Amino acid sequence: MEERTYRRSRIAVFIAGAALVAAACSSGTASPSPAASTGGAASAAPTTAGSGGASVAPSSGGGDLTGQSVTVIGTWGGDEEKAFKSMVAPWEASTGAKVNYTGTRDLNTVLTTGVASGVLPDLAGLPGPGQMTQWADSLVDLSGVLDVPTYTSETAPALVELGKVSGKQVGVFIKTAVKGLIWFDPKTLADAATAAPTTWDALKTYITANKAKAQAGWCLGVESGAASGWPGTDWIEDIVLRQAGPDVYQQWYQGKVKWTDPAIKTAWSTFGDVVANSFGGSATVNATNFANAGDPLFKTPPGCLFLHQASFITGLGAFKTAKAGTDYNFFQMPDINAQYTGAVEGAGDLFGMFHDTPAAKSLMAYLVTAPAQDIWVKIGGALSANKNATDYPDDISKRSAAILTNAKIFAFDASDLMPTAMNDAFWKGIVAYIKDPSQLDSILANLDTVQTSAYATP
Amino acid sequence: MTAPIGVVAPTAQVVARREGRSRFGHWPTHLAIIVLMVIWLIPTIGLLINSLRPPSEVNDSGWWTAIFEPSQLSLDNYAHVLAESSIGPAFINSLFITIPATIIPVLVAAFAAYAFAWMTFPGRNILFVVVVGLLVVPLQTTLIPILQLYGPKGLNIAGSFLTVWLAHTAYGLPFAIFLLRNFMGGLPREVFESAAIDGASPVTSFLRLALPMSVPAIAALVIFQFLFVWNDLLVALVYLGSSPQNLPLTVTISNLVTSLGGGWEFLGAAAFISMALPLAVFFGLQRYFVRGITGGSVKG
Amino acid sequence: MDPRLTTAIAVVVGVPAVLFGYIILTEQVLRPIPDRRRGTLRPWLWLLPALLFLTVFLVYPTIGTVVHSFQNTAGTKFVGLDNYVYFFTSPTTLGALKNNLLWVILLTLLTVGFGMLIAVLVDRVRYESVAKAVIFLPLAISMVAASVIWRFMFLYSAPGQPQVGTLNAFVGIFGLGPYPWLQLQDFSFNTILLIIVMTWMWTGFCMVIISAALKGISVELLEAARVDGANEWQVFRGIIFPLLLPTLAVVATTVVITALKAFDIVYVMTGGNFDTQVMAQSMIQEMFTNGNFGRASAVAVVLLVTIVPVMALNIRRFQAQEAIR
Repeated sequence: MEERTYRRSRIAVFIAGAALVAAACSSGTASPSPAASTGGAASAAPTTAGSGGASVAPSSGGGDLTGQSVTVIGTWGGDEEKAFKSMVAPWEASTGAKVNYTGTRDLNTVLTTGVASGVLPDLAGLPGPGQMTQWADSLVDLSGVLDVPTYTSETAPALVELGKVSGKQVGVFIKTAVKGLIWFDPKTLADAATAAPTTWDALKTYITANKAKAQAGWCLGVESGAASGWPGTDWIEDIVLRQAGPDVYQQWYQGKVKWTDPAIKTAWSTFGDVVANSFGGSATVNATNFANAGDPLFKTPPGCLFLHQASFITGLGAFKTAKAGTDYNFFQMPDINAQYTGAVEGAGDLFGMFHDTPAAKSLMAYLVTAPAQDIWVKIGGALSANKNATDYPDDISKRSAAILTNAKIFAFDASDLMPTAMNDAFWKGIVAYIKDPSQLDSILANLDTVQTSAYATP
Repeated sequence: MTAPIGVVAPTAQVVARREGRSRFGHWPTHLAIIVLMVIWLIPTIGLLINSLRPPSEVNDSGWWTAIFEPSQLSLDNYAHVLAESSIGPAFINSLFITIPATIIPVLVAAFAAYAFAWMTFPGRNILFVVVVGLLVVPLQTTLIPILQLYGPKGLNIAGSFLTVWLAHTAYGLPFAIFLLRNFMGGLPREVFESAAIDGASPVTSFLRLALPMSVPAIAALVIFQFLFVWNDLLVALVYLGSSPQNLPLTVTISNLVTSLGGGWEFLGAAAFISMALPLAVFFGLQRYFVRGITGGSVKG
Repeated sequence: MDPRLTTAIAVVVGVPAVLFGYIILTEQVLRPIPDRRRGTLRPWLWLLPALLFLTVFLVYPTIGTVVHSFQNTAGTKFVGLDNYVYFFTSPTTLGALKNNLLWVILLTLLTVGFGMLIAVLVDRVRYESVAKAVIFLPLAISMVAASVIWRFMFLYSAPGQPQVGTLNAFVGIFGLGPYPWLQLQDFSFNTILLIIVMTWMWTGFCMVIISAALKGISVELLEAARVDGANEWQVFRGIIFPLLLPTLAVVATTVVITALKAFDIVYVMTGGNFDTQVMAQSMIQEMFTNGNFGRASAVAVVLLVTIVPVMALNIRRFQAQEAIR
């Protein structure tokens, strides 16, 4: 009985095994999606054309790349992802190649493991200039891909510099944002649009004068999951830039100025005044998500007079359904110290290339052009890095873009330029400070400790 | 299917008494259960109702207010999620990833659990404890070494489904072996002894006795492994990231939200859509959680 | 779709076939070996697939982790115990250790306790499947959705504004002011709230397993005790509980380890702010955000070491079990 069972089982196993192998062999080649079977045979080759021949002269999307594809990874999802897909659609149409985009919030994890193991996308959104430096060895030098003189002339010099590591251009900005805009509701403050305060003291006077119109002077919300605290860092950076000047600002994010330095400490105290005059008090500030922080602007009675936030707030919270110009408007953050007038803080989305396949090179060259960036810009919620992309949908975004292009002193977001350990401590420091401002000295001392180890070369 | 050796079906008397007891219905039992069910459901119901409301309403008022204003309820969020072009393929990908990643560990663990439970060999307990101890290895510490193994410097299979099948199997094995060994170890010894006397090989004992009698534990294991793999995001992202067309539903859902958090109103709807299949698996396997399969008392 | 469908069927049918075939063939392989030796070789053949997977995917990376923990970030030179010193002296990581202790104790007690209570109770009612499904539901909801759910529960609106968060609205009925729940770090209250969220999800896990074991308890045994006059509590304490003990140990061990590795909830809801940080979250931060593999590995090794006592208890339990069997 046992013998027969064994024989039957053996036959069954052979048949099953044969079916498995047959399926593996047949499905392996047909479709571009490598669906491997457990038969053991490695799946069909990955779709990206990895056979890197000699690097070709940069083409801007006119060549024929039918059947090829480019893998792109970035943090964009939802509407952003749709905007990016619209941006690359013309390129896909003209070259016949395809863009495979994956969005993820875990960009750091994916790229860190990727760099360590060699499994990388062709193009990737980079989390920031700091990480870009860490991965510089794996990134492709873009001077063989872009027309460098054109790129340099079309982009703000600061942004071009930030994309370089040891002189090598490895990162380019596709999209930018300007920070430190003071948003208000024109229905509450009719004269703010025309008679915007130009100094910090004038702003404070203005707030006191209009106290009765809202419950508090400022709206503020710093909650943001693991990154809670970053709107506060934007505040401190704007203050340092205007109060202590661009030189101190630069040395500060380079780790050469201590956090306990009087200049930095004063900036925090100034921020503390803002928190004290914020809608709902410190508990609300720490508990409110940054996207909804500005909602009280539009309530009746208004919860606050002003919100300090970047240009991308127009796509979030109550701003999304409100009408630009009539429901909300902005003016630039005023100067604090007359010496440092005209300083602007901005940020942007950095892109890099890991594999220099022909299709990837073509796509990268396309992404930095004005027509490409115009597509996203027209959809709204983004500012272009290319000076010639000016197809803005409304007056608000036009003015935001103008601020960036005409900036006398352009400073990139300081926390994005700090080592990530420092950046993270900065965020947490803000949250702790808002909760208990009396702890300022110990918070700053702790930041100094982190600074010593974060900036040390490994 | 012939009944496994040694199973004693509950007698008619016992069955009748059991029925009678539940119809008798201890009201404290019912009350306790209902209270617990309500407490457990409230958070989920909150999300369900909020997923039927437009985002501006969700921010302004609590979900319970919608009960008094049913006019604001709509399926818009669900429609938006389902209209997402990659949802269909992503769903299929999820199935592709989850089903083999459930079958393989359950079987491999069953073999190992049987060996640990009913075969004697030196070092058995220590080896078992080490295997279970591997439960604590954080998944994130394995990502880089494994990806190096899968990548161009290794086997070069990154981006294919084989990567996640093998990885999920390995990640699920410690718990699976732990659970099955415990269950199999509690099966009555006499059953296996009499089978051995009758001349059955260990394979036959395993296939004809141990496996059928372990069905409740296997059902529980299938439910959990299916669930964990279905809801997994990170493993799929890291190992399949280079082939975006193979990414599962979890990635599509997380991409409904912009990098700044806009679009969060779709997450609730997406969660309920994604939850449907694991729940169906749960209900489908409920019939294996019945008495009488192991027959004799489960010994400690 | 077509080629993938064939692969799908091939895999779903072929994989079990190959695996079962393997086991059947092991007996064939053992045939030529003398009877005495067969018993020593057989277990290893049965264990081979599992051990292969575990060694490649779990043991090999762990060895790498241990080695890394004694190295600097770039992995170029050994720095001895520096990373461990940092771990035990930095106030953030020490705070994380303390929180993890709270997690282990509270999460285990609550999930196993509730899991057992519910499994025993619903065993007696007709709508058992539905009740179990309700408790199981939170586990089926992905972590992303769970974080959205509890964000609505804990939401804090400024005092004077209508409360949008469920909890604040509830306590508002009794006239108690709105609380910023996740910021209340006195007595680790916010950590306890996070543990409650995790309990909400994992009780279903314990319940399903305990329920499976419960079904294995012979009805005759219980009936006999009841006929002899024992009340429900005595039946539970004298028969059900002792028979469930091994399963409870499995469930408890798993939950303890889950508590040690807990990360998602904390990361998403507070990011570790307000004194809620836990070890796993600090490890992941060091690894992927700061790129500091040395320190991350040290944290991972500490995690590994903390379960040694748990495992030791399990060994003792097996040896006791073997004696009885």
